[in-house]
Parts: sequence; C-alpha cells; structure tokens
Amino acid sequence: MEPFTTHTGVGVPLRRSNVDTDQIIPAVYLKRVTRTGFEDGLFAAWRSDEHFVLNQEPYRAGSVLVAGPDFGTGSSREHAVWALSDYGFRTVLSARFADIFRGNAGKAGLLAAQLEQSDIELLWKLLETEPGTEVTVDLREKTVRAKEFTAPFAVDDYTRWRLLEGLDDIGLTLRHAAVIDEFEQARADYLPVTTPIAGA
Amino acid sequence: MAKTLAEKVWDRHVVRRGSGAEPDLLYIDLHLVHEVTSPQAFDGLRLAGRPVRRPDLTIATEDHNVPTVGIDLPIADPVSRTQVETLRRNCAEFGVRLHPMGDAEQGIVHVVGPQLGLTQPGMTVVCGDSHTSTHGAFGALAFGIGTSEVEHVMATQTLPLRPFKTMAVTITGELRPGVTAKDVILAVIARIGTGGGQGYVLEYRGPAIEKLSMEARMTVCNMSIEAGARAGMIAPDETTFAYLKGRPHAPAGELWDNAVADWRGLRTDDGAVFDAEVVLDADELTPFVTWGTNPGQGLPLSATVPDPERIADENERVAAEKALSYMDLVPGTPLREISVDTVFLGSCTNGRIEDLRAAAAVIAGRQVADGVRMLVVPGSMRVKAQAEAEGLHEVFLAAGAEWRQAGCSMCLGMNPDQLAPGERSASTSNRNFEGRQGKGGRTHLVSPLVAAATAVRGTLSSPEDLVTASAGGTNTAASAQN
Repeated sequence: MEPFTTHTGVGVPLRRSNVDTDQIIPAVYLKRVTRTGFEDGLFAAWRSDEHFVLNQEPYRAGSVLVAGPDFGTGSSREHAVWALSDYGFRTVLSARFADIFRGNAGKAGLLAAQLEQSDIELLWKLLETEPGTEVTVDLREKTVRAKEFTAPFAVDDYTRWRLLEGLDDIGLTLRHAAVIDEFEQARADYLPVTTPIAGA
Repeated sequence: MAKTLAEKVWDRHVVRRGSGAEPDLLYIDLHLVHEVTSPQAFDGLRLAGRPVRRPDLTIATEDHNVPTVGIDLPIADPVSRTQVETLRRNCAEFGVRLHPMGDAEQGIVHVVGPQLGLTQPGMTVVCGDSHTSTHGAFGALAFGIGTSEVEHVMATQTLPLRPFKTMAVTITGELRPGVTAKDVILAVIARIGTGGGQGYVLEYRGPAIEKLSMEARMTVCNMSIEAGARAGMIAPDETTFAYLKGRPHAPAGELWDNAVADWRGLRTDDGAVFDAEVVLDADELTPFVTWGTNPGQGLPLSATVPDPERIADENERVAAEKALSYMDLVPGTPLREISVDTVFLGSCTNGRIEDLRAAAAVIAGRQVADGVRMLVVPGSMRVKAQAEAEGLHEVFLAAGAEWRQAGCSMCLGMNPDQLAPGERSASTSNRNFEGRQGKGGRTHLVSPLVAAATAVRGTLSSPEDLVTASAGGTNTAASAQN
C-alpha cells in the first residue's frame, strides 16, 4: 500500500447526510472481478444530474471529499472505497463514518478523517464561495487546512500508523503465525468444520 | 468481573491482545463467502502465493447475482456470469466448499449457514456482507467485513480488531398478534437512527425477544447493521438448542452435551454494564413500514407521511425533504393509501420458511390485486423444497404470485429482478436506499404479513385490513404471525 502522509487537492462539498454505499456505488457496478475500474460507478445515479457537484468545474477534478454525517452506511462493499479512490479521491472528511466503511478505507489507503460538523459546515461554505479551493489533509499533524481554515481531525492511531507507513495488514498479522497455531490447538472440540458430511 | 455476552465471546477468541493503539487479533470460527466480495480477495492470495489457511472453516455459496428463473440455463448477463464462474474457479483452486446455483444447499449465505447448523452459539462468524449480523441470533459474534478483510481472514483466519462497545436493546412486554420481528427491528432503527448503533454490538433481550422463534430472532439481528451497529446478538437458550439439535453440522452425542453445557454460560452476567441502553415496549408496537430512503425513516402503518417542516434538526429535515421527493410522496398522506406496483417476499431478512408460511396464510384464498406483481423468492433451495412439501407454492401461485428460485434477488437487484424507474415496492428486504432495488425504484420496507396484505389490496396494508374489507374473511391476522 502506498504511504499517506499529506495530501493537497481540490475540495468537493457534498451536502448530504447518510450517503449510503448504494449511492456511492450501486450494486450493478459490483460485478467486476478486478480491483480497479470502479470510477464509472461512483455516485452513478447522482452523476446523471448535470447539477451534481462532480459535474461542475472545478470540482470535477477534486480529490478531497467533504461530506455530511453518517457517510458510508449500509453495505460492506469495499467497492465503495475503490470507486472513490479510482475516481481520484485520496481522503473523505465527515463528522461521522459508518464503521465498516471506515475500516475498509483504512485497509485500502483512503483516509477517512473525522471532523466536527461545525468545521464541515465552514469548509462547505468556503468550497462553495470559492470553488476550486485546495484543501490540505496532513496525517502527521492530524489537521485540515484550506486558506485561513484550520481544523483538527480524528483518526485512530493504529490506522494512522499503517497509512503513514503504507503497511500491509496481512503481513503484520503473519508475524504472529506461531500464536495463531497455538490458539488453534486449544479450540473447543465441538466447534464445526465445513467439510461436507456424508448423507447430510 | 461481570461481562456482557459480546465481551464473553470476544474474550474467548483473542489470539493476541494488542497493546496501546494496536488492536486485538481475533480468531474467526466461520468464514462465509459469496461471489461479489471475494474475487479480489482470492486474487490477492494468488499474487502473494498464500493459501486459504482454513478451507475447513470456510464455505461459499452463489447468491447475489443468480437469476431466480431459468437457473438451468447459462446466466444471461455476461458480467454476472463471469463473477459466478470466477467463484467456482477460485473455490476449486483453493479447496473451498461451494454450493453453486441449482445445488440443493444453495441459497443466501445467511440462510444457508444456520440451516446447515454451521452457525452456533459463541462463535465468531464473518462474511463480506453487512447482513452477517443475522448469525448473532444464535449468540454468535457475527459481522460484515470488506474485501481486504476477506483476504485477511482467508490468509490468517484472524482479524485485527478493537473491541466493540455494547448496547442493550431491551424489548419489554409482549408482541400483539400481527406484530412481528420485522416490526420490532424497524421500530428499533427508527428509535436509535441509522447511525445510533455505530461502534456497538446490540444485544437484544427482554421477554418479547425470548419468546421469538430462531427465525424471527434472525430477522431482528439481520437488520442491526441498518442501525449502524457492527453486530446484533441474542443470548442462546432452549429455543436455540432445539433449533440446532440434529442439524448436519451441529455437534452430536457427547460433544452435543459438552457444547450445550458451554453454551448455557453465554449470557450477560448480572451486574454487567452496557455502554448504552435502549428500551422499547412490545405492547405499544404495531405493524411498521418505511416511508423514506433509509431504514430509520419508518412509522407505524397507521401514521401519515411526515411533514419535513416539523423536523427541528436541519440535517434530518433536508434528508426527509430529499427522501420525500425521491419517493414521490406528499406529507399528510395516510401510509395505508400508498399504492405499490410490486411486492417482494424474500431476502436474508425475511426469506425463511416461517416468513413464507406467514405470508401464505394471509394470501390463501385471495388474489394479488390487479396491476400488482408479487415475487416470492425463498432464501434457499432447502426453504423452497420445504415450502413445496407444505404446498405453499400452490397458495402463492393460485393467488397470482410468482414462485421463484433461491437468491438475493430484488433485495439489491444485481440479477434481473429489479424495479423499473418510478416503480414502487413493498419489500420484506432490509434497505430502502435510493435505487437499491433498481435505478429510480422506490422501496417501502415491510414484514411478510404486511407484504401479503399489501399484495391483495394494492396499497400498504396489514392483514387486519383484509378482515375488515371482507367480512367473513379468514382468521389470518391472528394466526399468521411469526
């Protein structure tokens, strides 16, 4: 995974709460078996509306999404994160993220940064009055800056460390393979296995 | 120290405690796999030269993409077909048990696991699907994960996770006839909101929960994610043990006795402290339906479409305005006057045999209203076989409904079962998001009883409305609850 330290890009104000993962990418776009190419499904229903923010210059080239609370609710599809990344977003700012979305983002290198809703509102106003304003998201300092605007954001320390170092989760876990082996030896003997049972 | 059920299950799966910011490493007892969220995970394994560590704790089924008619033919949509064929190749290569389309055990992953007896109390269960919370009905800690985590579980049989917070959701009193598990969970979500459960495991408890059947408990736990929660759980009891006993993968003989002795300890200790608590009174609940575009936007069927002007919170007001505009609804309209084009009975929420029985009892001897299409999609091939053995399919067919093969179907419209733009459904599924059942489609979430009554009347209805409408009608309202 590519390390994430700081990112500067055009901010995109998305004035919606409860942006669920079916809005981020509808199910019909989930049929690819590859890991890339999901940008065409991003906000598919809304992008057919010419007034949608991503259809406006200069937001079209945005890479910092500033969204309402409860972003990423619903389905566990990591395709939602891939669609945002494939489109060009490196970070999403919101006052509240759905748990699975935030987890997926951290695994796939998209920074989900949590700001106070009052700060989100200030950013929305700034980005709407001065379209094209660049926003800097600094993961080392845990701050968001844009013109005179500065605000702290929250991200859990472990995700921050992994993103800063660009570390692969599976590699980290496999360092503990011996402990996993040991745990497996002690599991209860009545626990099921999926091996087919004759006559069942 | 007194512990909650969730904490007990967590603690017995900690492979390694994290220190400081580092999460715990949690062992996973059962990994359920389907075609949509797995291909990139298998690819990752292949690239890294890693095997599936425990194929014997992994099971796959085809559910999201599969057509529910003509399953003996190749899948018409080439992209869906590729995804299903990719799963077949991956399972063969990595040695994972798969129940493909047409197989007697094929079905929605969350229906298949429990019916095989693979889901048991005290286990950790994961799947690349948010409705994995369903399995919490057995007192398992079960939650949805993304594809990176699917790969992680395949490679290590563990997940790095920080402990979840716990919330007690206590349902006091007794459900009235005609009020079901679906109404309970819709009311819970309306109460705490779609974000209210974020970071929490919900433990459903109280007398009204204890009286629910296993299948009804699954309906409740299934929609925990719609309140934003990671998981939902119900402490195992005699109902749980009776459901499990004799299932193909349930322990037998001495192992069964050992297991039950162990399972009996899986309850929240007296004096254990939850991080949050919510109480609802079952006596006050009535059939519940959604009017908006998230599952928290629900009301009793007897209510009217809400007026956004009266919502104080600005974010909620804007959300309600957008929802009503999408749903094409006018504030003040009685919910009972909303007419639908399609009724969908099925999904991992309400596609089990009790759901089909309940709906069949309402619709028996009646007709689906003119201009209304009703799809009945069993949750698994085994549910379908059981229903056919009981003659339920004949009840649905005689009423003019369509009797389909098993799969996720119109719950998310990845297969051809979709709403057309502007069409409106009453659906026993779990999400009423914009476009969820097809681009431009409008969804009202309902129980199987409401679905069946709505199919007959053509407008959102409960079985009581049928009795009032046709004097001398049947006794369905009282007898058909689950």
